Amino acid sequence: MSLIEELGNELGKKKLPNIHVGDTVEVHYLIREGEKERVQLFIGTILAIQGRGIAKSIVVRRIVQGEGVERIFPLHGPRVQDVKVTRRGKVRRARLYYLRDRVGKKTRVTELVGEKVRRERVAAKLELEAEAALVAAAKQDDSNTDPEPEAVKV
Amino acid sequence: MTLILGRKKGMTQVFADDGTHIGVTVVEAGPCVVTQVRTQETDGYNAIQLGYVDTTEKRVTKPLAGHFKKVGTAPKRFLREERLPKPASVEVGETITCEVFAEGDVVDVIGTTKGRGFAGTIKRHGFARGPKTHGSMNYRRPGSIGASAYPARVFKGKRMAGHFGNSRCTTKNLEVVRVDAGRGLLFIKGAVPGPKGGLVQVQTARTGAQRSN
Repeated sequence: MSLIEELGNELGKKKLPNIHVGDTVEVHYLIREGEKERVQLFIGTILAIQGRGIAKSIVVRRIVQGEGVERIFPLHGPRVQDVKVTRRGKVRRARLYYLRDRVGKKTRVTELVGEKVRRERVAAKLELEAEAALVAAAKQDDSNTDPEPEAVKV
Repeated sequence: MTLILGRKKGMTQVFADDGTHIGVTVVEAGPCVVTQVRTQETDGYNAIQLGYVDTTEKRVTKPLAGHFKKVGTAPKRFLREERLPKPASVEVGETITCEVFAEGDVVDVIGTTKGRGFAGTIKRHGFARGPKTHGSMNYRRPGSIGASAYPARVFKGKRMAGHFGNSRCTTKNLEVVRVDAGRGLLFIKGAVPGPKGGLVQVQTARTGAQRSN
């Protein structure tokens, strides 16, 4: 691996969400309102995934009050807290720019269903549970200072 | 006034707290060896000379080999001087690392630009091209190079096709965004002349309001 790729891995997030073009996603974006910070949701369809490494970004499109709105989110950006997939889309293109020319019902992307998606959902659920267990174990470690914290993690 | 020699490794980006990203060039800077300290008395000016990248004795000229022997270091490929306003505080044989720069410093970077060979006026000087079609015979031609009977010659310095690139170039007033002392890396905001792996000099900025000392 080249030094630049290595640096990209270090500077970026360790894990990226499993997303594809055509998915309907919720982007959790941290915004600043005066002094306060809060998480804003941007819900829409992924039109394109651009770039690679630390420069990877997604284009998300949604319709707000009849007006199409597109936002580009750098996936490794510190302000992008999470990208949650609410629906897998069935698409045959890498870039869904044709959706820009469509209005109304035609803007929908058909949902991808089938064994693969089901398996993915199960895997995601298991992962969440495992993470929760890890967090719980870590908490236990902190509270009663277990002499063998590694054993608890396993 | 600080100088360090290094090698351009490539570009990447870092994120600021407000979510914006900054394109940075990664430069592997140092460690450099001080090969000579020039003083007002002996040389007529104050300067330090740095060497970077080890090479073999076979690859340097005999006078240079002697020069390195005197310092007691391996022969170096890349030797550059930095003029100083007052006598240097370093001594011959000392090692200089990238920690001479800190985050927020403003620097000039000197390198050798990518060679583009024999290039036309469009690439070399940014001339406009002619129409592609409609019988145009003037697609990438330079156009007229002067008047006729008077002056009856082409003026010196007329921009024409010729060798482009592979020349010394300075990019001024770039900000040091991050310093990675462990690996000896400088993250410099923006682009830096030369190809990846090209040798560059990074020095304190010479001009501009941001000049730090």
